[in-house]
Amino acid sequence: MSNWEAVIGLEVHVQLATKSKIFSGASTLFGSPPNTQACNIDLGMPGVLPVLNKEVLKMAIKFGLAINASINSPTQFARKNYFYPDLPKGYQISQLDSPIVEGGFLQIEIGGEKPKKIGITRAHLEEDAGKSLHEEFENHSGIDLNRAGTPLLEIVSEPELNTSEEAVSYLKKIHSIIRHLEISDGNMAEGSMRCDANVSVRKKGSDELGTRTETKNVNSFRFVEKAINHEIKRQIKILESGEKITQETRLYDSQLDETRSMRSKEFANDYRYFPEPDLLPVVLDKKFIESVKSEMPELSEEKKNRLITEYKLSDYDADVLSVDPNLSKYFEEVVTNSSNPKLAANWVMGDLSAFLNKDNLSILDTRVDATNLGTLLARIEDSTISGKIAKEVFEEMWLSEKGPDQIIEEKGLKQVTDSTEIEKVIDQVFEENPTQLQQYKSGKEKLFGFFVGQVMKVSRGKANPEQVNKLLKKRLEE
Amino acid sequence: MTLKNKDLEQIAYLARININKKSFPSLKKELESILELVAKMDSVNTESVVPMSHPLDISQPLRKDEVTEKDDRKNLQKNAPLKKAGLFMVPKVIDEDA
Repeated sequence: MSNWEAVIGLEVHVQLATKSKIFSGASTLFGSPPNTQACNIDLGMPGVLPVLNKEVLKMAIKFGLAINASINSPTQFARKNYFYPDLPKGYQISQLDSPIVEGGFLQIEIGGEKPKKIGITRAHLEEDAGKSLHEEFENHSGIDLNRAGTPLLEIVSEPELNTSEEAVSYLKKIHSIIRHLEISDGNMAEGSMRCDANVSVRKKGSDELGTRTETKNVNSFRFVEKAINHEIKRQIKILESGEKITQETRLYDSQLDETRSMRSKEFANDYRYFPEPDLLPVVLDKKFIESVKSEMPELSEEKKNRLITEYKLSDYDADVLSVDPNLSKYFEEVVTNSSNPKLAANWVMGDLSAFLNKDNLSILDTRVDATNLGTLLARIEDSTISGKIAKEVFEEMWLSEKGPDQIIEEKGLKQVTDSTEIEKVIDQVFEENPTQLQQYKSGKEKLFGFFVGQVMKVSRGKANPEQVNKLLKKRLEE
Repeated sequence: MTLKNKDLEQIAYLARININKKSFPSLKKELESILELVAKMDSVNTESVVPMSHPLDISQPLRKDEVTEKDDRKNLQKNAPLKKAGLFMVPKVIDEDA
């Protein structure tokens, strides 16, 4: 591996989260009965005319602005011709010349190294095809055209990634951007985000690109990493044995963890693109682009910087919280109810995340809402309960979905700050542990911690630890 | 501009048209005359001409993102020769280049 270098470019297809299709008023809802969301336009019936969905343009422009790209105006659609039963028209409406987004970049960071800039050649709009079901029927394939006409944004990177790790980092960045922009749910398992990887290898230091292969439709971050690693190894082995790489399309098989040939370049499709006569070039005036710009939400990098300056969070905390827009939103809601951002960050990233993971829930389905967690943290700060008791209350909140105050009240968990109460407990502890008391008085001061522990135990964690410390010290020195 | 038989076969394959070999000579002639016409444009200086992708000089009208279509499957599948459980059934397709 050492004297070889991989060159990777990614093509990412993102389903845009519109209500209706890119060229028709049919619904894009996932999981409906077959062909109930495919209208005559999606079916390519004679005489129909596609009309472009305005929201699709807005979403693509948002993405373009987020990656510092140019927005082409006019932007234009083209027909990509090929035959397949799940493509009823015999062509896919896509873009070739003047794609809506051209020439942007984003930055990836890997393990504290300095950020690397990855160029994005273009992002163009197109319609998705339908689905073919091959397995269930003998001699026939079933065609479901519900997905036909769903808007896709295809994002094409420059071949500037050199490891599978960089490729995954790039993908995660794209994933984060589209989710922050709320232009796609980015659900890879449901196919809302799909990835094709172009991989080639060359001798380190060489400027020439090797022959590349394209690995299709890899549907999770982990599989992207594995598929690319597999492909790099395969190519190096071929080259080291003196043979040549065939330019071809390959398919990743996650069960066997290998890629295998789908079609070679010899049979490659010739798509015979030409300008789509049914759609006029789309002129995007400055005013329209400005109005889209004004609707842009904060992106993860801006958010991270704001979390650091506004809440004085560490770089690490801000990083974790800013990746998922829903998590950072939750965090900020907690802070409005508590006022100690560092404590809030610890709880959101610690206890809350642990409970979410355990029950396999996303932050949107949390059983403890931000207001309640904020109130709980406020009770730690105003000394109603200790941090330790708070964990107990939190667990109860998670299970019962009750508010923190109600639980503290019902379970009698209120912290004891009344010194006479604490003194009483201390008396009891001294009485029950005469030997230790004697030992302490004869110089074994290490036992101080033992007494603190006993007092906390007897008070069932409710005694205020600071006061216990102070009062114990006083009593033991008497 | 001369076309080879292989070119003709490739074009026919891409368009999924079955062509009788007997008609190759006459077809070639016709296609070559079309290509010659197009080739004439190469001799014209078009440096200052903006490429035109559509004859109409207006921008594409847009629609709002609203669901306006209802399920019309029954009607739309009327012409389908074979259907099953709401699916259009077609002869088994596996990517033929595989």
